[in-house]
Amino acid sequence: MTYDIAIIGAGIVGAACAMRLAKEGFKVAVIEANEIASGSTAAGMGHIVVMDDSEAQFSLTNFSQKLWNEISAQLPLDCEYENCGTIWVAANGEEMQEARRKKHFYGSRGVEAEILDEKSLREAEPNLREGLAGGLLVPNDSVVYQLCATRYFLETTLSNNVRLIENTCVTGITGAGVKFANGDLLKAEKVIIAGGFWSRELIQDLKIVRRKGHLVITERYPNFVKHQLVELGYLKSAHSSETESVAFNIQPRMTEQLLIGSSRQFGNQNKEIDYKILKQMMERAFEFIPKLRELSALRIWTGFRPATPDNLPYIGAHPRIKNTYVAAGHEGLGITTSLGSAEILTDEILGRKSEIDRKPYSPARFSSVNKVGSNL
Amino acid sequence: MNTGKITLKINSRKVSVARGTSVASAILNCKSKLFRRSVSGEPRFPLCGMGICFECRVSINGVKHERSCQILAEEGMTIDTDG
Repeated sequence: MTYDIAIIGAGIVGAACAMRLAKEGFKVAVIEANEIASGSTAAGMGHIVVMDDSEAQFSLTNFSQKLWNEISAQLPLDCEYENCGTIWVAANGEEMQEARRKKHFYGSRGVEAEILDEKSLREAEPNLREGLAGGLLVPNDSVVYQLCATRYFLETTLSNNVRLIENTCVTGITGAGVKFANGDLLKAEKVIIAGGFWSRELIQDLKIVRRKGHLVITERYPNFVKHQLVELGYLKSAHSSETESVAFNIQPRMTEQLLIGSSRQFGNQNKEIDYKILKQMMERAFEFIPKLRELSALRIWTGFRPATPDNLPYIGAHPRIKNTYVAAGHEGLGITTSLGSAEILTDEILGRKSEIDRKPYSPARFSSVNKVGSNL
Repeated sequence: MNTGKITLKINSRKVSVARGTSVASAILNCKSKLFRRSVSGEPRFPLCGMGICFECRVSINGVKHERSCQILAEEGMTIDTDG
């Protein structure tokens, strides 16, 4: 049996690619070293969010969010899709300036956003402490339970041209398909590497590093917060070149539980909980919501974001390896950008134009091939 | 140890218990002994009595999911169960 496309990795990005390509009639095999959604996908919050760090990041997140909106009606209930919106919380006047800049950025690109003053922020989220300057409400952001969404993406197409092979490690790309650890070959005309950080084991020159994060989930506290709340200082944390940072980020789940983040660590490659940074992360959350101290946490876990040097994913043809494509390195935005990534990669494979410019995500941008003949 | 009585409210009813009584014991002295209901609606009661099983959770002074077996009843406390 020869497949049109072999996708390595059944995280949300690989699953979205499988769903999208099957829709075009391709015969697809998805090969997963462990179980579906067991890597970075499992670690995330499931926040579907439009971001504005760069034009390229905005384009992909905004495009992806529209695709989530379109698919949301057909997602099963267990995907817990909820259009709760994001409030970017401004602690002080300086961050309020940032909120206004952000509103202008979104507004001029057609994304709805509303400035909240101190009073309207308190009305929207009474458990936030008094004295915060305000914030920016982005009503179209959503949350999703990404594990079930990943399973849905695969199951919706399994009977229709997609085969899932779990607990099978791919050790090489042969040019005519892929090779498994046990020596077996799977024939495929094209290969997509969607293995997150682990993609490096197949393509060594792919620049992806692991950025550790912690999340905490609480017991059920109905209506404790109503939107995903993120401090505007978040970008300082996300972009900090320092090796460790924390930021206030809390999300209401459909189960009435609260998901609390976030931490970022470059150096720490250990899966164990780092109680020092966990304490910093929780103290940061308590600064914004003092009442959080009274609540009970059920579980704490860690995970690794697959980070690239410019915070943009690799989506597209590999510059040297023939018939091989990459969809990896989505850092903390893989849930949001999975659908957009699948869409533009499908366009590239079909040789057609995309709704957004694909160039910023090309895996060729850091390739040593591009540097031949230059003085860099 | 002061063995005097203290008064607290369990589901809006005044209850007097001996000082040193756990909240779980105070609830067990009430007419309705249901502590909470699970997500699927099943009744739940204290099981381990030592803070491990989390079955005895109730709301104490408005804070949900407190383990009643681990907290001593205090004068003026407000307890709410699912009973």
